[in-house]
Amino acid sequence: MNPRRSYAAGTGLFILLGFAALAYLATQTTSLVNFESGPSYDVTAEFTNIGGLKDRAPVKLAGVRVGTVKSIVLDQKSMDAKVTMAIADRYDQIPEDSYAKIMTSGLLGDQFISLSPGGSPTNLKNGSVLDNTQSALQLEDLIGKFLTGSGGGKSSSSNKP
Amino acid sequence: MKQFVARVFDPLLDGLADVGRTGWFFIGLLLALPRGLTYPRELLRQIWFVGAKSLIIIMISGLFVGMVLSLQLYYTLSIFGGTSALGTVIALSLYRELGPVVTALLFAGRAGTAITAEVGLMRATDQLSAMEMMAVDPLAFVASPRFLAGLIAMPLLVAVFNMMGLFGGHLVGVTWLGIDNGTFWSNMTGNVSVWKDVISGEWKALAFGALVSLIAVYQGYSAPPTSEGVANATTRTVVSSSIAILALDFVLTAFLM
Repeated sequence: MNPRRSYAAGTGLFILLGFAALAYLATQTTSLVNFESGPSYDVTAEFTNIGGLKDRAPVKLAGVRVGTVKSIVLDQKSMDAKVTMAIADRYDQIPEDSYAKIMTSGLLGDQFISLSPGGSPTNLKNGSVLDNTQSALQLEDLIGKFLTGSGGGKSSSSNKP
Repeated sequence: MKQFVARVFDPLLDGLADVGRTGWFFIGLLLALPRGLTYPRELLRQIWFVGAKSLIIIMISGLFVGMVLSLQLYYTLSIFGGTSALGTVIALSLYRELGPVVTALLFAGRAGTAITAEVGLMRATDQLSAMEMMAVDPLAFVASPRFLAGLIAMPLLVAVFNMMGLFGGHLVGVTWLGIDNGTFWSNMTGNVSVWKDVISGEWKALAFGALVSLIAVYQGYSAPPTSEGVANATTRTVVSSSIAILALDFVLTAFLM
């Protein structure tokens, strides 16, 4: 190989390696890993308090990731947080009366939505609303309740009818 | 008294004047860049010289930085009982801070000095004047390709450095200190974002690449045509680049937070 071709090849190899490294870092070591791009359907649920739930947080059923949080907005009529979840199309057998609960992974981990399956014969479909929800557990409220004595204080987590 | 004031302020004013002259040189360089693009083969050769030939030192340094980072952060995190966050902390420290800064410092030492010495000797042996005589603009043929090569090579070198650092950190954290492999990765992928962490580090890399190559080319270009002059210019490249990198890093971090 003549010297000119050898350094041209070396340069090409270097540029390829650099971009490969960048692509690896960007797609394999970041939250892009959790990004589900397949077809999905939307389900909404209202929570009295979402705590620290963020967009793109996972939605899990039995610990298995079935979707992601798509958007979180405040419903000004009920003053509740309206959370839209995108559930992957292949999970189309989730009962309609399932129970949505905001949980924390570990003591200080990120928050996610946990679904507990109900017993209804009809399944969730695009546009369904989950009626049974439980809000995020607020550590501060718990401590406050503990300090001021149990009972009396308004519960931080409430089951919506 | 007057002498004392002069002794204190003269180096300061000299330094300030040097910054100003670098700024003027930068404007001239920018104006010459379009013409510099007409020498793609020279650009390719410079990318090979400053980028591909820096790969070995960058990879080895990245590996060791990642390994030592893993050891140190494991110790710190174990105080708080949060060793499960090791992957996140290693990745964030590398992507946001250590990758761009350490790579830029190594780049200044490995490639910047070589550029200054080469261009300085071109000046000392009248090669630059000869080019002007032949109606070849040395700003376009000598300065531009070297500047652009630094701009292109740095982000790629930083990506390679980060990857090696992550590999080293994983090696020490998971295989040596016994952190669970799944915890290491899932904690990292849950908390590291593409735009805020990976890409913001690459912006820094781009800025440092431009800064180091600008200083290196300018110092070579303006070096006195003696062996001592070229030697001093090479030293100044390392000193000024290092200070400029660390100062700019602070400013950029404040803006990119």
